Amino acid sequence: MIARVGLSLFQTLEVSGAWAVALCEYVGSIALLFVQTVGGCFIRPLRRSALIYELWKIGLQSWGIVSIASLFIGMVLAFQSAYQMQKLAAEIYIASLVALSIVREIGPVITALIVAGRVGSSIAAELGTMKVTEQIDALVTLAADPVRYLVVPRFVAMVIALPLLTLWADAIGILGGFLIGTVKLGVLPSLYWKMTTIPLVLKDLTSGLLKAVIFAVIICIVSCFEGFRTEGGAEGVGRATTLAVVSSFILIIAADCFFTALFYFVWT
Amino acid sequence: MSLAPCHFRMIEIQGLVKSFNDHRVLEGVDLTIQTGETMVIIGRSGCGKSVLLKHIIGLLKPDEGRVLINGVDLNRLSTRRLDGVRMKCGMLFQGAALFDSMTVEENVGFALREHASLSHDAIRQRVQECLQVVGLKGIEGLIPAELSGGMRKRVGLARALAMKPEILLYDEPTTGIDPIMGDWINELIITLRKQLKVTSVVVTHDMRSADKVANRIAMLYNGKIVEVGTPQQIWQSPNPIVQQFIHGRAVGPIQEGLPDPSVLSNWGNASSACGERLD
Repeated sequence: MIARVGLSLFQTLEVSGAWAVALCEYVGSIALLFVQTVGGCFIRPLRRSALIYELWKIGLQSWGIVSIASLFIGMVLAFQSAYQMQKLAAEIYIASLVALSIVREIGPVITALIVAGRVGSSIAAELGTMKVTEQIDALVTLAADPVRYLVVPRFVAMVIALPLLTLWADAIGILGGFLIGTVKLGVLPSLYWKMTTIPLVLKDLTSGLLKAVIFAVIICIVSCFEGFRTEGGAEGVGRATTLAVVSSFILIIAADCFFTALFYFVWT
Repeated sequence: MSLAPCHFRMIEIQGLVKSFNDHRVLEGVDLTIQTGETMVIIGRSGCGKSVLLKHIIGLLKPDEGRVLINGVDLNRLSTRRLDGVRMKCGMLFQGAALFDSMTVEENVGFALREHASLSHDAIRQRVQECLQVVGLKGIEGLIPAELSGGMRKRVGLARALAMKPEILLYDEPTTGIDPIMGDWINELIITLRKQLKVTSVVVTHDMRSADKVANRIAMLYNGKIVEVGTPQQIWQSPNPIVQQFIHGRAVGPIQEGLPDPSVLSNWGNASSACGERLD
């Protein structure tokens, strides 16, 4: 009996040990890729044409879907606030609620999730296909560093484009709330605008944009990492794409939680 | 960094061991390739020939042992100096591994654009030269998806030739293309050796090709080199493993991965049983 308990305890330790090692390896490899990428950003020449292409792909191609999603979310937020504020006869505060939630939370998170689903998946699929068809090996044999060649332009483009998209999403989200507040809930436009701008301070905007930069790093590094470690043909590429999106989503939401708490307690 | 033949032995592989997920693919490979010769490595599919080739250009790092190019251990080189060695090597991948987001011209001129301080026109001219050598013309603007298998392989070869390499590595150059084009590629490998004095390593299981292009042939089996010699010596080898492979016989000492012969002889009975069940 004691021997059996001892054995199962040993097995549990063994399995959890293997998990811990795998987790350390995963985190370590991602951190290494991040360091290599940041280092690569300072090596000249930066491939300008690739950077512009990635900016176009990440920024402009996601612009439409980000606009539509944030418009609707702004509207939903206005309705949801109205639902509660009407009970207190405080409809006037709908504008402030919508503005603050969008700029601090919803804008950066929704934009990051959309870009992770749209761009992160395509980065993982593209790099994964290059890996399984030996194109990444070919890059190395031609003395070109895959991190500098493939990751750096995407990284720089992502870190520039995501905060800009977030700013745009903030504006459109507030517009959505404004439409519902003024047209449907009967708040005067000038009053709505005033109640939007009064509670908003620069810190709200900068904390949102700081989050956007962190989300950009997460999306790019996780997607490139999953692409680089793809193995096993078409199925492997599919798996890498799914993993890239799922890991990005979880990390974005976890990072959001962490930074919201940090800003709440530390940066008041 | 030049790989000028100050050394008679261009490539030396010493005690190379490599495992993937506890599976030992190479178990101590020793092989020396002389400057200017064409060494053909033969062996069954999946026996580790491509793994061996990838060690020569530093794509994989050995678990044990070392690879010396012109007397220099690849493992001890910094990334920059390793890149210097790689620029003097060209590799033709099994599936050509062309960058599919680039045109043929951008593919062939890739290394020139990245590393050579040449003008745009000079690069274009060099690209056209390389494409002419492999018998292709007027396809500079196409993308790899628009090319046939044989053309892709030849563009891959042109890309490997662009930097005037001193070492050329071919991973299954004749697999997946028609026999006439295959023979033409064999001729090309011979011409490159004779005219440019290129040291070549060819990995293949096509014995016709091996016979034609090789100065020496090495056979890889169970993670080790079991025989090295001129094509004539290989054909006359007393080693039953070598004899079974070069004659392509199913019967012999190599049996890994082959089904039990009784399965084939019982096939008729088995299929009739299937037939009965279907009725």
